[in-house]
Amino acid sequence: MAEDIKLMKGNEAIAHAAIRYGTDGYFGYPITPQSEILETLMAEMPWETTGMVVLQAESEVAAINMVYGGAGTGKRVMTSSSSPGISLKQEGISYLAGAELPCLIVNIMRGGPGLGTIQPSQADYFQTVKGGGHGDYRLITLAPSSVQEMADFVGLGFDLAFKYANPSIILADGIIGQMMEKVVLPPFQPRKTEEEIRAESPWATQGRRKGEAPNVITSLELDPARMEDNNLRFQAKYKKIEETEVRYEEFNCEEAEYLLVAFGSSARICQKTVEIARAEGIRLGLLRPITLWPFPTVAIAAYANRVKGMLSVELNAGQMVEDVRLAVNGKIKVEHFGRLGGIVFTPDEILQALKEKLL
Amino acid sequence: MEVNDIIRPENLVYNKPELMNNNPMHYCPGCSHGVIHKLIAEVITEMGMEEQTIGISPVGCAVFAYNYLDIDWQEAAHGRAPALATAIKRLNPGKMVFTYQGDGDLAAIGTAETIHAANRGENIVIIFVNNAIYGMTGGQMAPTTLEGMPTSTCPYGRNIALNGYPLKISDMLAQLEGTCLVTRQSVQTAAAVRKTKRMFRKAFENSMAGKGTSVVEVVSTCSSGWKITPEQSNVWMEQHMFPFYPLGDLKNID
Repeated sequence: MAEDIKLMKGNEAIAHAAIRYGTDGYFGYPITPQSEILETLMAEMPWETTGMVVLQAESEVAAINMVYGGAGTGKRVMTSSSSPGISLKQEGISYLAGAELPCLIVNIMRGGPGLGTIQPSQADYFQTVKGGGHGDYRLITLAPSSVQEMADFVGLGFDLAFKYANPSIILADGIIGQMMEKVVLPPFQPRKTEEEIRAESPWATQGRRKGEAPNVITSLELDPARMEDNNLRFQAKYKKIEETEVRYEEFNCEEAEYLLVAFGSSARICQKTVEIARAEGIRLGLLRPITLWPFPTVAIAAYANRVKGMLSVELNAGQMVEDVRLAVNGKIKVEHFGRLGGIVFTPDEILQALKEKLL
Repeated sequence: MEVNDIIRPENLVYNKPELMNNNPMHYCPGCSHGVIHKLIAEVITEMGMEEQTIGISPVGCAVFAYNYLDIDWQEAAHGRAPALATAIKRLNPGKMVFTYQGDGDLAAIGTAETIHAANRGENIVIIFVNNAIYGMTGGQMAPTTLEGMPTSTCPYGRNIALNGYPLKISDMLAQLEGTCLVTRQSVQTAAAVRKTKRMFRKAFENSMAGKGTSVVEVVSTCSSGWKITPEQSNVWMEQHMFPFYPLGDLKNID
């Protein structure tokens, strides 16, 4: 049977994938360039088919706290926003991480700081992988570079979130959200029943059964010794994720003398740069981190023994380059090239930067 | 032998609700929270909803409500309880969902979440404990602090020019199409306790009947924050709080 190939925007793919995955609830607030996610869900009316709840909240703050409430009951719940709205959600994200609740967050980044611009950017890298909210916590961060991956990472994000009882985030930008590509949507799977949720997530607030202890979802612990224990438990979990969940893609890395490191939309543009460079006889490769946290530190460190230099190509002023440098640990030269404020680089610009900074 | 084993059932006039455990409460002497907790526990048991109830505790003195009532709980960020309750109820329509919030939580930082949950007519219960002060953080001014009332952040009394007016948020909530019950009660006398319990029961029944949002404000005392004795607090509440926050139903749709 032929695959059911559709043409749609990245934002629309997320909405359709969410319905098909068996997501229980979506809570969001309009903001450009991601409003198609909420619009598509409202148009599809999944509450009449799968029973999925879709609600336009009064603010991003309310939306992330709806996610917290829903996640506490063991349901598969998600929200989406763009950079300024994601900033508003940071308190809630910290609470979700502190209460060890699984959920899916989507950030379709736009240029900042402040109200910034509605054009694409990757300037929320630090916010996403270094913290954002308060406290020592991590978000499982997936960076799609195609509409297909926008669809695929909904399921992957939820699966990882539930595997580790931790929020996952899809970190894309206005390019990936708005561009149309071919996509094969995942098959429909049913939403979990209450009994399945009780079995899968025995901590969930589904109502205390007689003879069982109450379930309490909280991040509060005033006893510092216990709070340290909680933090140590989180750190052990994060270490396990770093050991097992790193994902990355290599493009023309065999025999490469120089390496571009780029994620999301930047990686798509860098693919073309690699083609142009190879035609000119420059042995250039591309390493694309798919998980930004956990970061492919080991893979990049290995390349530091094989290539002469790396260029971290990002739509920001130089954020991921810090993690690349930490991985390389001074062995070779690592430079950054970026465009800011919603401007997107061309493949030629990137090649020019490579020549000026590294060759 | 337990106390209840000695008492003959026909002589039992009062006992601890089944849902209340033996954890020592952190509340101060004279605080209204203990009585309100007890009434909620009794109503849940009397309705047979022990296994179906999810409570949402606030930031404030009642942050530890989950330590005292043996039901499932979620602890919300400051002011966000109605957002949690919205999602919990919509995703689990068969459950009985309530928030337990103080005046700072509900009427200051959480105003937007409160108004919009009520305006959507979420089928939840909001228990609103109004003691006109931030108790947990040490007695600062609340949105409901009365004019002239001293607190640690308005030490010379609430000055309207400086601090604005005390907020009658229940009156606002009663104007919304989404609310079916908005009532203001108290728990300082036996009669008041019985009346408040009846309103809790009505509110919880409304939520399960899908009638919309029910809000029960309980005008309460905070002896520690008010810096007077529990006995004086009840008198002060009757003399000063009740004239500004008059008791009774603001809205009660059958």
